[in-house]
Amino acid sequence: MRDAGFDMPAAPSAPRQLLTPEPLLEARGLVFEASGQRLLNGVDVSIRKGSRTLVMGPNGAGKSLLLRLLHGLIQPQQGMISWQGQPLTKQVRQAQAMVFQRPVLLRRSVLANLKFALSVRGLRGSERARKIDDALAAAGLDHLAKRPARVLSGGEQQRLAVVRALACDPDLLFLDEPTANLDPASTAAIETLVLEANARGVTIVLVTHDTGQAHRLGEDVIFLQDGVVAETGSAHQVLNTPQSEPARAWHDGRLYLGPNTRTLAETSRRTF
Amino acid sequence: MDGFWSVLGGAFALVFALDPDLLEIIGLSMRVTLTAVFFACLIGLPLGAAVGVFRFPGRTLLTVALNALMGLPPVVVGLVVYLMLSASGPFGPLRLLYTPSAMIIAQMIIVTPIVAALTRQVVEDLNREYAEQFASLGVGALDRLLSLLWDARYSLLTVALAGFGRAVAEVGAVLIVGGNINHVTRVMTTTIALETSKGNLQLALALGVVLLAIAFTVTACVMALKASAVRAAYA
Repeated sequence: MRDAGFDMPAAPSAPRQLLTPEPLLEARGLVFEASGQRLLNGVDVSIRKGSRTLVMGPNGAGKSLLLRLLHGLIQPQQGMISWQGQPLTKQVRQAQAMVFQRPVLLRRSVLANLKFALSVRGLRGSERARKIDDALAAAGLDHLAKRPARVLSGGEQQRLAVVRALACDPDLLFLDEPTANLDPASTAAIETLVLEANARGVTIVLVTHDTGQAHRLGEDVIFLQDGVVAETGSAHQVLNTPQSEPARAWHDGRLYLGPNTRTLAETSRRTF
Repeated sequence: MDGFWSVLGGAFALVFALDPDLLEIIGLSMRVTLTAVFFACLIGLPLGAAVGVFRFPGRTLLTVALNALMGLPPVVVGLVVYLMLSASGPFGPLRLLYTPSAMIIAQMIIVTPIVAALTRQVVEDLNREYAEQFASLGVGALDRLLSLLWDARYSLLTVALAGFGRAVAEVGAVLIVGGNINHVTRVMTTTIALETSKGNLQLALALGVVLLAIAFTVTACVMALKASAVRAAYA
C-alpha cells in the first residue's frame, strides 16, 4: 500500500549530477498579449534535460501562461520555442504532458480515465493493461479503479491526473500548482510521484507558490514578476541568496508591489 | 359538468379495455415519433457537437440558423415535405406521401434542429472544460467529438427528451403529409383533432390521457436515469 508512505514528506532535494546538461526545451523572447495587455514580455527560459525546474512568482506574474506556451497549448505573438533544437510541433507535444491546477478528469471511472489517455497514445491490449495497473499502483488507487473519477477526494483526483500524465511516458512533465489546496499528506504523495518520475529521467517543470515545496523539489528556479523573468538560476542560489528585488522580497516574506509602488507601510504612513 | 365526467369515464373505459383501434393508433404514434427522434439524434447529435467544438467559416451563421430553426412552424415543414413528396415533386416517384415514412420525415425535419442546437450548447460547455486537457493529450478531432458526446450523455438524454416531446405532440405537419388515413397514418394527435371535430369526445379524451401518460412516463424515466447518474457523479 502506497498510502502509508504518502504521509512522509518528500526529502529535500540534494544537488546531483544531471543526466545531461543540455537544454531540452528553450524559449527565446516570448511575448504574449491579451486584451491589449502584455502578459509576458521577452521571456527567455532554458529547461535542462532531466532537471526539476520550478516556476515561481506572485499571482498574475505569468507562470501558468508560460507553461501553456511552453506546452504549445497557446501560441506567443513573438518569440520562439524549441525542443532539442527543433521547433515545437504537435508531434513534439506528444513527448510532453501537463497536469493542471484543477485536475481535468473525464466523467468516467478512474480506470476509464487512464484507458482513454493511453488509447489516445495508440496503446492497446496487454501493454495498455500493464500500464494502467502500474499507474493505479503508483497512485495508490487500485481499490478505487472502478469508481467515478469525480467522486474521488481532491488529493486522489490530482494523483490520478499525475499518473495519467506519466502513463503516457512523457520526456517532460509540466505541473501547474499541482498541490494547491491539498493537505500535507496529499502534497507529499504528489511530490513522491514527481520525484520518482524525475528519477526515471522525466524532466519536471512545476509552478509553485510554496517555498517549502521549492526547497524540497527545486533544482532550477525561474522567478517571474509582471511577465518578465526577474531571476533565474539554481534553486539553491535563487531561494537562499536571491539577487533581484522581487525574489528577495519573496525570500524575506515581504510584500513586493513593484519598483514604482510604495510599500504598504509607506502607504499607511501617508494615509494616516 | 356531468357531461365532462361521463366523457372522462368513457375515455378511461376505452383505455382500460385496451380498445384495438386505440392501441393501433398509439402504436403507430410511437413508431413514427421514436423513429423520427432516432434519426434526428443520429444527425443532430454529431452536427451539434461539431458546431460546438470546431471553428470553421460560417460557424456563427450555422449556430444562429440552428437556434432559429428550433421554432420551425410544423405546418410549413408539412407543406414543404408535401411538395417534395407529391407526384409532381422531386421525390414523387418514391410514393411516400400519405405513408408513415412521410410523417417520420416531417417530424425528423422538425426535431433535428432542436437536437442539434441543444447539443451544441451542452457540448460547447463541456469542451470548454476539456479543451486544454484534450490538446495536451493530443486527442484527435473524431475522438474529441465522440468523447464529448459520451461524457455529456446524460445531459443529451434531456436533449432527446425535448425532441421527443416536440415530435409526439406534433399535429400540423403529420396531418398534411400523412393525411390522417384510418389504419394507415392515423396517429394520436391527428385522431384527437378529427374525433373532436366529429363530436366523439370519448376517444379524443382517451387519446389525450394516453398522450399525457406517455409524456409523463418518458420524462420521469429520463429524470430518474439522470438523477442516478448525478448521484454517481458522472454528470
